[in-house]
Formats: sequence, structure tokens, C-alpha cells
Amino acid sequence: MNNKILTTKDITWKIVPSGDSCLVIEIQSALVGASSHWAAGAAAALRHASLPGITDVVSTIVTVGVHYRPEVLRRLGSQGETSYQAATRIVATVLNTFEYNNLAPPRVVQIPVSYGGDHGPDLETVASECGLSAQALIDLHTGADVSVQMLGFAPGHPYIGTFDERLAPPRRAQPRTSVPIGSVGLANRQSVIYPFNLPGGWNLIGRTPLKLFDPDRNPACLLQAGDRIRFVSITADEFETSGDGR
Amino acid sequence: MTIQVLKPGLLSTFQDLGRTGFQHQGIPVSGVMDERSHRLACMLVGNSPFEATLEVTLIGPTLQFDCPAVIAVCGADLGATIAGNPLPLARPVAVSAGDVVSFGKRANGLRAYIAVAGGYVLQTVMGSTSTYVRGGFGGACGRQLQKGDSIAFRNIKRTPSLDRRSSTFPEEIQRTQDSPIRIVPGREWDGFEPDARRAMAEQVFRISPSSDRMGYRLEGEALHLIQPLELQSEAVSFGTVQVPPDGQPIVLMADRQTTGGYPRIANVAAVDLPRLAQGMAGERIQFEWITLEEAQRLIVEQSQIFEMMGTGHGID
Repeated sequence: MNNKILTTKDITWKIVPSGDSCLVIEIQSALVGASSHWAAGAAAALRHASLPGITDVVSTIVTVGVHYRPEVLRRLGSQGETSYQAATRIVATVLNTFEYNNLAPPRVVQIPVSYGGDHGPDLETVASECGLSAQALIDLHTGADVSVQMLGFAPGHPYIGTFDERLAPPRRAQPRTSVPIGSVGLANRQSVIYPFNLPGGWNLIGRTPLKLFDPDRNPACLLQAGDRIRFVSITADEFETSGDGR
Repeated sequence: MTIQVLKPGLLSTFQDLGRTGFQHQGIPVSGVMDERSHRLACMLVGNSPFEATLEVTLIGPTLQFDCPAVIAVCGADLGATIAGNPLPLARPVAVSAGDVVSFGKRANGLRAYIAVAGGYVLQTVMGSTSTYVRGGFGGACGRQLQKGDSIAFRNIKRTPSLDRRSSTFPEEIQRTQDSPIRIVPGREWDGFEPDARRAMAEQVFRISPSSDRMGYRLEGEALHLIQPLELQSEAVSFGTVQVPPDGQPIVLMADRQTTGGYPRIANVAAVDLPRLAQGMAGERIQFEWITLEEAQRLIVEQSQIFEMMGTGHGID
């Protein structure tokens, strides 16, 4: 996202149902990067409000999902209001008073990555697909101003973007059955980092020694939606010695 | 106060009402597949519904108790016995020191829930004892029960009475296992062909053998979109019915991922998730559209029935 100051008039939203226990805030914005930034801030504000009966608030790139318990919302609702109507009313109250411009500046997190070789087996192929040398791809990946757009798919698994338009290779035609923990994937101007050994279809360009998820750590997840990311290139030797000490 | 696991059964994991509040970090909720049976089992032994039960699947475990206890088994009839005698379902049952609880031939359903008065002693991770096997945490060592495991349980604070308690629901709430599963329109409902929306409620689906706690895969006539949809991933729920490009729906269940990007034709009504969770691979199921208002009315009503059952029975 650019450093341009955003105002709430750049964002419009509406609330729609998603089953009987979840509602979705749909966000519209003409500015690239603004919707996921607003979504992460709005979700944090909703969580901070500790609304009764609301169990989870999940921000993604263009929506915020709000999970709720219908029986609790029904109790809070006024006469004749359904659980969904009560939930909508309560969520809208928070969104209407949410000061987007007062959001604290995002945390900046450095992610060391050993690019290429055994740690990034797809680097060379992907670079040539993008019409770049391996080094030029690394330079674009480490030089970019990017954000954690959302966490999803697995515990602590971030979707990071949006990268330079040259970094837009498609996902692999044949997904791998097991991708090593810490692998950094690239596709369609986004990156992911695998928090465990998981199956996956992203192009693997490198690997970080940082632990993205550790249930014994507090907080368990290294990253959160809205964080600003700076990838930093390290050597394979540094990868071996710079393990996540936490 | 321990239970020795003589045989682990096919898939036995400790589950509670789930690990809520962390989905924005990509952490699945997990929790029980059949919440109604779980809550009933907890209530019958005088536990809070937030205590864990042992969710056992198809082939139940063989468990030996080293001291007296009160247990309740609810949900599927998997041929439970105690000390060699049939163990009545959905009732508090006294267990003597040395007694063995085991399971035999399945009569109906897929998942049974075993509650012990006082509650099991388990690993709490992020406020929940639910086992998330893929992540390797929660419950007992983050995995399914194994032979030789020894599970501790707490002292009974209040001896639950062994009277027969009301443990039934009106037909409107808990319909027969073979009646249609109620659904409400999903986020992309109007992106599907009218034939697909009709087929969703008219055709018979078969539960695929590749169904598990993460999702139920259904096989039937393919459901098609009017035109392809490019969606950004967003929050998904227990009961979200996603339709991948092959047109075969997947219903997301307790161990579902937190976000998904496939078009969603429907959501299973919360009141009927327990019945779907009792459906076995190979079985046939049908759906029936209801409105969001109706789905919410039913789940609110079920919650009121649970409150009434709890009154005067040590549940607060």
C-alpha cells in the first residue's frame, strides 16, 4: 500500500449474511491495498469491542467475516429482531464509529529468507517465467513495500502482497504433497510462508528460519493481518545458524 | 483417577465446544462434530458444556477405569458395553473400579460422545482442550487416542443423580436421521444455474469415503455456475457448502480451514449439523432449503431447550 492518507470516503461497506452463524462485511474501495488494510483495522476494532455472542472476526482481502452465536444475539436483540438483524445492528454501530485514519501505524517485521538452492527449488524457473534473472527476482522481492493481507488456510499462514507486477507467475500446475516448514511461496504478486510441512501449489523461492506458528509461544503466530513486511536475503549458512531463538 | 486405554478405537479424540477467537490467525475452531450429543452427555454427568467429551468414531475404544466414576455416552449407537453388559445410551451410568467400557457392533450413527463426571484432565491451548490433529495440539498430546494412554479425570464435585433425565428434543429440532438436512442459501447462491439450485434440494447425494472431520465430500450430479466466478478467499463456517470446479459439493466441518475461495451454494443450518456429522461414508443424504429466519429460530429454540434441561440439574 502507498503511504497516501486514506479517508473513510475511499471505503464503502455493506453487511450480508453467510449462513445462520456468520455475517460478512463486503468492502468496496477503488484504491489498491486499501480494502485489506481497512479490513484488518475494522476487524481489530470489532475484536477490541468484545461484543457478546461474537466469537471470531476474520479479515481477508476484501471482506471481514464475523462469526456469532445466534442464541446470544437473539437475547440481545430487541422485540421482533432476528439474530442476524441484531448482529448486523451491533456490528454496524462499531463500524460507524471506527476511525480509520486513527489506526496505529503497522508493525514492520523483517523476514530473513535464504533464496534459491534447496531452500527455493523453483526460483530459477519462476525467474525465467517472469522474464527476470534470479537475482533480479530476489531484488524485487526484498525491495518491495508489502503487507500481511490476511492469515488463513493453516495456523499462522500469511498471504503477503501486493508485489511488483513482474512477480506474477501462476501457481504450479502440479501441487507438491509436502512443502517444508518455513518455505516462501510466490504466485500472482503474492507470497505465502508455510507454517508447517503442508501440501501446497505455490512456487517455492526460498525459506525462512523463523517459526510462523508455535502453540507454546504467546502470541502463537509471528504475524498478524495488517503488519508491514520486509523480506531480507540471507545465505544458506546464515539460515542454519539464525534459527528462531524464541 | 485414571482411564487406561486398552484399545484406542478407529478415531477417538477429545473435543469441546471449539477453539474460538483465533480464526483471524488461521487457527481452526475444531471442537465436536455433533454438538447436540456432546452437550447432552455433559449435562447428564453434571458437567458444563465447555468440558471436553471423548468423541469416538465408528469403532469405539476399550477403556478401563481404575476407580468409580459416572459416565454418559450419547450420539451414535456403537454397541457400547460396561463390564460385559449393554451400556444404555443418553443416561448417566455408574462405573465401578476396574470396569471396562468397550464398544462392539455399530447399530446407527457414526460418532459417540463419552463424558465423565468431573471432566478429563487435558492440554488447554488457546482456551480450548479440543484436539487439532493436523496441528498436533490440544486434547491428549495433540493426537488421537493410542493404546496404553492413561487419561486422568477430576474428582466429582457434585455427585450427579442417576435419575432418568429429560434428554429428548421435539421432532422439529431433532428430526429422524434420514430426513432431509436443512440448508440456507450460501453467499454465491445466485451465481449457480437454476438447475443446480433445484438439484441441491431434489437430488440424492452420496457421502464420499474421503469425508473426514475437515469436510464432507458429496457425490451427485454436478452443480454448475451460470458463469465462472473469480473469488477472493474469505471466512468460511461450520456447514459452509463449497462447490469446486468439478461441481461436487464439499461441506466444511469442525476441523475446517478458516478461509476458503470456492463458490458457496449453501450453508447447512446449525440445528442439522449434528445429523450430518452422524452420516457415514456411502450413505445417501438429501437437502431441503429453509430461510435464514427459520434456521435461526430453530437453533435459538434448541438452546432454550438445553437451558430448561439444565435447570435444577446442577447446570448453570
